[in-house]
Amino acid sequence: GPGGGAPLENANPLIYRRSGERPVTAREEDDELPDSIDDREIFDLIRSINDPEHPLTLEELNVVEQVRVKVNDAESTVAVEFTPTIPHCSMATLIGLSIKVKLLRSLPERFKLDVHITPGTHASEHAVNKQLADKERVAAALENSHLLEVVNQCLSARS
Amino acid sequence: CLENTDPRTRGRGIQLLSQVLLQCYSQLQEKEVLHLVLFYESRLQDHHLVIPSVLQGLRALSMCEVLAPGLAVSVLKAIFQEVHVQSLLQLDRHTVYSIITNFMGTREEELKGLGADFTFGFIQVMDGEKDPRNLLVAFQIVRDLIAKNYALGPFVEELFEVTSCYFPIDFTPPPNDPHGIQREDLILSLRAVLASTPQFAEFLLPLLIEKMDSDLQSAKLDSLQTLTACCAIYGQKELQEFLPSLWSSLRREVFQTASEKIEAACLAALHALSACLSRSVLSSDTEDLLDSFLSSILQDCRHHLCEPDMKLVWPSAKLLQAAAGASLRAYHRVTHSVLPLLLEQYTKHPQSSQRRTILEMLLGFLELQQKWGHVEEDESTLLSLRAPVCSVVFSALTDPSVQLQLVGIRALTVLGSLQGFLSSSDLELVVDHLIRLTLHEEDSQSSEAAMEAAGSLAPIYPKVFSGHMVPRLEEELQAEREEGSSQDYCSLRQRCLQALAAVSTHTSIVRETVPVLLQHLRKVQKGSEAGSTQDLVSVCQSLHRVALQCQQDAEGCWYYHQTVVPCLLAMAVQAAMQESTQPLLGKALLEEEVLAAMIPVISAATTHLSPELAAQSVSHVVPLFLDGEVSFLPQNSFPCSFQPFQDGECLEAQRRLVALLMAFVCSLPRNVAIPQQERLLRELLALSCSCNCPFTATTAAKCFAGLVNKHQGGQQLDEILQLAVNRMEPGLAEGPRRTQALTLLLWVTKALVLRYHPLSSHLTDKLLGLLSDAELGPAAADGFSLLMAESPDVLHKGCHADVRIMFRQRFFTDNVPKLVQGFHGAGPDVKANYLKGLSHVLNHLPKPVLVTELPTLLSLLLEALSCSDRVVQLSTLSCLQPLLLEAPQIMSLHVDTLVTKFLSLTSSPTMAVRIAALRCAHALTSLPTTVLLPYKARVIRALAKPLDDKKRLVRKEAVAARGEW
Repeated sequence: GPGGGAPLENANPLIYRRSGERPVTAREEDDELPDSIDDREIFDLIRSINDPEHPLTLEELNVVEQVRVKVNDAESTVAVEFTPTIPHCSMATLIGLSIKVKLLRSLPERFKLDVHITPGTHASEHAVNKQLADKERVAAALENSHLLEVVNQCLSARS
Repeated sequence: CLENTDPRTRGRGIQLLSQVLLQCYSQLQEKEVLHLVLFYESRLQDHHLVIPSVLQGLRALSMCEVLAPGLAVSVLKAIFQEVHVQSLLQLDRHTVYSIITNFMGTREEELKGLGADFTFGFIQVMDGEKDPRNLLVAFQIVRDLIAKNYALGPFVEELFEVTSCYFPIDFTPPPNDPHGIQREDLILSLRAVLASTPQFAEFLLPLLIEKMDSDLQSAKLDSLQTLTACCAIYGQKELQEFLPSLWSSLRREVFQTASEKIEAACLAALHALSACLSRSVLSSDTEDLLDSFLSSILQDCRHHLCEPDMKLVWPSAKLLQAAAGASLRAYHRVTHSVLPLLLEQYTKHPQSSQRRTILEMLLGFLELQQKWGHVEEDESTLLSLRAPVCSVVFSALTDPSVQLQLVGIRALTVLGSLQGFLSSSDLELVVDHLIRLTLHEEDSQSSEAAMEAAGSLAPIYPKVFSGHMVPRLEEELQAEREEGSSQDYCSLRQRCLQALAAVSTHTSIVRETVPVLLQHLRKVQKGSEAGSTQDLVSVCQSLHRVALQCQQDAEGCWYYHQTVVPCLLAMAVQAAMQESTQPLLGKALLEEEVLAAMIPVISAATTHLSPELAAQSVSHVVPLFLDGEVSFLPQNSFPCSFQPFQDGECLEAQRRLVALLMAFVCSLPRNVAIPQQERLLRELLALSCSCNCPFTATTAAKCFAGLVNKHQGGQQLDEILQLAVNRMEPGLAEGPRRTQALTLLLWVTKALVLRYHPLSSHLTDKLLGLLSDAELGPAAADGFSLLMAESPDVLHKGCHADVRIMFRQRFFTDNVPKLVQGFHGAGPDVKANYLKGLSHVLNHLPKPVLVTELPTLLSLLLEALSCSDRVVQLSTLSCLQPLLLEAPQIMSLHVDTLVTKFLSLTSSPTMAVRIAALRCAHALTSLPTTVLLPYKARVIRALAKPLDDKKRLVRKEAVAARGEW
């Protein structure tokens, strides 16, 4: 990473603007009316995840976009596509895992999660997707304390 | 004893002598001193056990004023020669430094006679020093050596080595350190040494370059800050050799770092380097290093500016701006290359987001130009680029992207502030753009930004704005529109009103806009439209803003007061009279909402008046209310007389205008005498107790309280207060107007609590007593909030009220024990009132005070969490949340209760309580991990439920809290 001296895989990546905080509406402040879980809410959960390599968020690197988030509150399903910055990005699994963990921690248990790579954007797309879809492997990965620490770092608030 | 053969005994003898000398050194004769010095010098060769006492004696002698010339040098020589300082204990080493410091303070010339030998001697003394206490003294000695020009001779490098070996400082004070030396003290002290002379440059700069590459953030930061400090005294000679390495280190850090601190330190260092090179005086045959230095920066950064989507665009722009901001010369050199490039890139990149980045960079350079004030005709790149710069900025203003518009508006403001930059035709175009954005841009952000821009440019070009913008706004405001939806028209009027206020930033403009606003107010009042209440409020809000903007200017303030206050009063009086004769017309002006909006206008027009002018005004306004003297009002023929303090059904509307009296009379400076004050107070008191309309009664009570707070202490005040108590007490006891009596009690109590009046405790006790009242208890409990909070219209500092700064702490100390006691003694149906009162007091207490008072109150607060009143729940939670963060140790003792209560409140029916409970659950994570671990699984499980809350705002807090657990 930065400061460590090893050259970055992609030192001067394209960056995108952060969307602002979602403005609070009068409806949201009304005690009575229910607010359903929508795409933006899911996007807000994952957009500020830190990239493992750059001091930038997944949103700033366009790894996640709101249009690639699909939620169905009634049927309790969430699907997120993410796009690695370069096709050979070695961090793709780690990024996918971070997204998955963030959603696992932040969504009601009733939701079924599907996190995968945007089709055609990564060399080992199939292998990464398979790993992310495998519940046991995700659980095993999170038993690994070193890996868990890296994931938590990605999920921590920026200093 | 001094000649005893046992070194310990000898040592004790010398110790005794030294102790005596430390007591009486100032009374010694020159001859005695000579004798003693010779004795002590000879003792330096003695057994090592004796040395500490010998040094103590020499320290005493080093403070003697009568020390003969030559002796200081002789003592130091003896020490340098005979004592191996670094094998002594810390305290004894400190004694040696003290002797040197003393001599440097009084015998500078003699010491300098030693030449570089003195410096060398000192280097040997401090070489290897480890103790931070001694280092602080030693660093100070080195600073003095350099600052007072002692000869360093061939020992510059040795002196550098003996100090720089501590760089970067790596010291953490031990816990419970009694000496209180902080890492920062050592860092600053060492930095002062290292950056004290250009002679160190050749050794220091390579060291700094090396440490900038350190893995330790603190080492990087220290290196950068030391470099910045050095630039203040270096010249280009010192820097020359190292510039390429310095630049490449700085660039690397700014391009790679994730830390804003490091980035800021790098930019500061680059700024300092550029400033240093700009300052250097050149001899005719040397190259201008600034030029080549800036060239290399431009070469490395310029091309990144052409990639407005890429990560390095901003780091590059910031580096260039840091270098350019150092001097006018640097600015010209950089902008000469960068400005044309940015203008070209703007044209090349058609996307709004890219253009925004480019324009933001351009704006950064324009803001730097502001630093140099006016634009110089001959040299300025900017002036030669006026046409393309203006066209880029104007194009941004018409772009559909709001974000780009906003940057364009900021750029416009900067261009306008550069004296002589915009031509008069540009200016008219600027005003046209601002009018268009203000009135017709759909996005309210752009419209508001345009108004603010007009406000900041108006004082620079008052004629252009009063000649162009004000008439256009007036025209729009008056235009009667048939076509288009009424909602569009309504928002257009709103914007006109806001813009008129925003642009009133110059006296000459205020004189144009105030009549327009007042005229519009009359027009709306006469009209019979449904939305007129909101319109009246909007005009008042604009008038209020104008009032705030002309407060600082005495002439403008008086103009405003004289124009606006009588006009508002006249309109209100007129409306009140119509109300009494023809109840349907002109009613809107008398609505609570509108009167409430007029209060800040009158108040802001009054608070900044000079005492003389205020006295002139008060001599009209008070007789208006007391005696119906209407002659000073602009239109003063009314159908009947104005008698707001008279009894009578039909005068209800007139009585409401006491709100305007309050706004005026409670905002006056304290030294302005109020005519017929006692009579006025009696009338207000009577009105507050007898009036059936809550608005009028409350306003009268507030007005009474506002006057009492500023009333000079003494018999008159005591009498009027006694009168108030006499009216209040029976009213509180029974009858149809208990609420009015309580309101009066609250406001008078507040007025007296603020000024520490002795009667305040009697009134507070009354209020405490009412907490157990079945009918008034809840209102009395809420009254504690009124006592503690800042009130917006009366009894605050801004309107010259007598407010003691510690009144909240004092109220807390005096009354919280009573509240707690009352709680324990109260019946179950009124217990909540005490908790609520307590919550209000705690909520307004400064957090540091709260934390110290916590242990005594915590059990009560925990009990309050079980109270079913949601106001109590909410304020208790908001009290506990900061305590969790600031006093985790105390809170840890109650972790079990806290976890249980917080989790159960996350399913409260009230959204605000659920949110507060989740924030507290979040704050629990600041307790020590070992305390939390047993609860972790339970909390995480329980927090899964609010993740599925029906309200988004609750889910958001749940996500944050659960993520942290």
